Amino acid sequence: MATQHSRSAARLMLAPAVILLLGWMLVPLIMTLYFSFKNYLPLRGGDLGWAGFENYTRFVTSSSFWPSVATTLIIVGGVLFITVILGIFLAILLNQPMWGQGIVRILVIAPFFVMPTVSALVWKNMFMDPNYGLLAYLWEFFGATPVEWLSKASMPSIITIVSWQWLPFATLILLTAIQSLDSEQLEAAEMDGASATKRFAYITLPHLGRAITVVILIQTIFLLSIFAEIFVTTGGAFGTKTLSYLIFQRVLESQNVGLGSAGGVYAIILANIVAVFLMRIVGKNLDA
Amino acid sequence: MKRTYGALLGACATIAFASVAAAETITIATVNNGDMIRMQGLTEDFTAKTGHDVEWVTLEENVLRQRVTTDISTKGGAFDIMTIGMYETPIWGKNGWLVPLNDLSAEYDAADILPAMSGGLSYDGTLYAAPFYGESSMIMYRKDLMEKAGLEMPEAPTWTFIREAAAAMTDRANDVNGICLRGKAGWGEGGAFITAMSNSFGARWFDMDWNAQFDTKPWKDTLEFFVGMMNESGPAGYATNGFNENLSLFQQGKCGMWIDATVAASFVTNPNDSTVADKVGFALAPDNGLGKRSNWLWAWALAIPAGSQKEAAAKQFIEWATSKDYIELVASKEGWANVPPGARTSLYENPNYMEVPFAKMTLDSILTADPNNSTVEESPYVGVQFAAIPEFAGIATEVSQEFSAVYAGQQTIDEALAKAQALTNDAMEAAGYK
Amino acid sequence: MARAVTPQRKIINTAAAWAVGLAIFFPILWTILTSFKTEAQAIADPPIFLGFDWTLENYKVVMERSDYAKYLWNSIIIAGGSTLLGVIIAVPAAWSMAFVPSRRTKDILMWMLSTKMLPAVGVLYPIYLLFIKLGILDSQIGLVIVLMLINLPIIVWMLYTYFKEIPGEILEAARMDGATLKEEVIYILTPMAVPGIASTILLNVILAWNEAFWTLNLTAAKAAPLTAFIASYSSPEGLFYAKLSAASTMAIAPILILGWFSQKQLVSGLTFGAVK
Repeated sequence: MATQHSRSAARLMLAPAVILLLGWMLVPLIMTLYFSFKNYLPLRGGDLGWAGFENYTRFVTSSSFWPSVATTLIIVGGVLFITVILGIFLAILLNQPMWGQGIVRILVIAPFFVMPTVSALVWKNMFMDPNYGLLAYLWEFFGATPVEWLSKASMPSIITIVSWQWLPFATLILLTAIQSLDSEQLEAAEMDGASATKRFAYITLPHLGRAITVVILIQTIFLLSIFAEIFVTTGGAFGTKTLSYLIFQRVLESQNVGLGSAGGVYAIILANIVAVFLMRIVGKNLDA
Repeated sequence: MKRTYGALLGACATIAFASVAAAETITIATVNNGDMIRMQGLTEDFTAKTGHDVEWVTLEENVLRQRVTTDISTKGGAFDIMTIGMYETPIWGKNGWLVPLNDLSAEYDAADILPAMSGGLSYDGTLYAAPFYGESSMIMYRKDLMEKAGLEMPEAPTWTFIREAAAAMTDRANDVNGICLRGKAGWGEGGAFITAMSNSFGARWFDMDWNAQFDTKPWKDTLEFFVGMMNESGPAGYATNGFNENLSLFQQGKCGMWIDATVAASFVTNPNDSTVADKVGFALAPDNGLGKRSNWLWAWALAIPAGSQKEAAAKQFIEWATSKDYIELVASKEGWANVPPGARTSLYENPNYMEVPFAKMTLDSILTADPNNSTVEESPYVGVQFAAIPEFAGIATEVSQEFSAVYAGQQTIDEALAKAQALTNDAMEAAGYK
Repeated sequence: MARAVTPQRKIINTAAAWAVGLAIFFPILWTILTSFKTEAQAIADPPIFLGFDWTLENYKVVMERSDYAKYLWNSIIIAGGSTLLGVIIAVPAAWSMAFVPSRRTKDILMWMLSTKMLPAVGVLYPIYLLFIKLGILDSQIGLVIVLMLINLPIIVWMLYTYFKEIPGEILEAARMDGATLKEEVIYILTPMAVPGIASTILLNVILAWNEAFWTLNLTAAKAAPLTAFIASYSSPEGLFYAKLSAASTMAIAPILILGWFSQKQLVSGLTFGAVK
């Protein structure tokens, strides 16, 4: 189908994007690798010579390392779980005939437009604050003791904040997918006496397979590197230190670029493990 | 040959002259606290006097710190003036990253800067940052609640007295907590408080060989005392309370005592914001009879990164912002209680200022803090609530996170101290101390 | 939707959807409301929902303190510029992957996405040094480039999925009529993909607008966008909820308004190839 001519033209057209991204990937990657073998301490004058694998062993043997990996996976998993389940529910709901559909859709997708820093600040101060937060008033109103959200329920709190931000994205993609579902097929099934649950399980859900895959893939990429939500709310305390937050602490707070870079290499490895894992489970859905 | 030399000299003179006379735009990175924001509002006065314009980069404290540290250690040159503290100044000065401020004008009167401040902002006898305001910490207490509890606050109380007084003032049914203290993670938040407190219990961060000391009894005593007292008399959720949260609690009458920065005195006595403005008394931070009190020493100061293209204009700004005239300017617009405190001796010789209720106690607190000799046992570091070594901020943030987890009831004191000991030694090893 | 729906069902749907919608929107609504309160009313116990003395004082204070217009302008240039530059680079790449696919197309796509997984903070120092060398620290162009690179994989992928839906026969017919490759892309492909390109631009403007690591760490006074503006309002001395709310509202309002006007575009266009 494609001629030799158009093939070379295609390569030419692909080239700028590939070269740019290759540069954007390789330059930092090589620099990260380089620094990870260095004793690089900016506040002690910068490059203090080669460190061998010392940074690598030091980073993994730190008592914060494995908990941070677990925290990362729990946040990513928790947010994915909540956004996909609620996203399906919302997509189905928003697809029903109703009055004011346009406005409701706007309300639902609005959190996606809010900067992560702003949403973290708003949740932390105006909702989750144990003294002045709205949730504290709500608890008191029902006669309960206000919960100290960000210290005693730190992980659920952060997962809530992040899920609030990403639910609109999941809903949007799933809604678009549901809209493309052949309604005649559903009607036919209804005529045949299939219950709502059965119609959902055998028609709607399989149809959403690709959309769910896309949601999981894109969100995972963004969630692996969430930062502002933790920086603003807990600052990494109370067991909310993710791997990328740990790297931040090593690089900027401890000013140990070598150690942080070794952490960066581990983060890339973790990301790739997650990616391979994802591809195994969901990749077959995605004949991109 | 001679002519060329002369022409060259002439050219240099012209350039030098131009750099003094030309109006420049200087970029200043600063922290978003009340005094600094007031200074931004008064920038017009500086521009009118010198012709230089100012561009502000105002950031929250933690963001500011990482932003300016990145820039100075890479010689980025994004800022002409940086707002830094007592922790950064000696470290950066040692690295040669800051312009020495030993040639300020006679009119500026550098000798007027309080010795505690100039000492903490110098390295090897050279001043590297000019204090905009200085602070120690002290007790702010509710006179009415003290009276109701039948107690009288001494000028220099002990921890035992404070704990008893806190218990006596606590009235949880009426939402009154005997004492509010910082528990929030972060080396400049709860970390600063517990470190200053530990000094009075005889604890220290490092021994003379830079070994972490969290396995020693004074640290355990400090934490046990702190946690015990806060559980008896502190507010719920103190594990996330920092300066802001406590200020707000105190202003709303929910705290009997609050031990924190001396600058807070002007906020708690300001009737516009504080419901208890006329009921606040002040006392020195407590001690334990070991010869060290638990007050810290800090200054927010202005410094010029070495290599700045606009050094002359930047110096002019620093002279303006930290001058006696600036203090007068603020006093004329906002009243004496709102001038930047703690930087200059002359302020505390001014009878107008000494009428301000917290002026004397602020000065006394500053004078009792000695960064060069802050611990009961000898220690190798400079600093009261910190150790002025590059690694400290990172280590102390992690340590204070472990402590905050204790305050939130998520681990025991022994667990936290063991983790703190391990992570501190590990970080010191990574930095090449051992 | 030819199906007839009983009125009762429509009422239930409407009530349920509105309840959920308002619950999700509530934090934003509360922020906007709080921005019009006094500081005392912002933390009043019990909370005041509507019956407070509406005031513009907080906005006045924020406007006096910060040069909002400058931050807004920088945000617009950086988000808009990086997205446009990204689309210009991505259109040819997406075209070639959609119409001249090879065995490696899928791998290339996945690899592009994987470049987003490098933790940003790990490379702050190298990139900062690079920016100093190139003299683009605190410049709009520097941020346009970085954000373009960050979002390029998403742009390529989105465009690729839209292009793939365009039937190849149309392009072949054009080719028969003697259209060059350039003409084919500009006059046939691009117009057909306009809805897709519009959704792509929208999503990426949002992502770039909200990016808070590089925009904060690579700017000072000149190129700082709204993410830096908001960083000067978090936790000053005291809990200024009303002022924080005003600043937050100002930071998110432009993109919120843009999003609302283009809601239809987003709802129908954001497929990422999930719809066949």
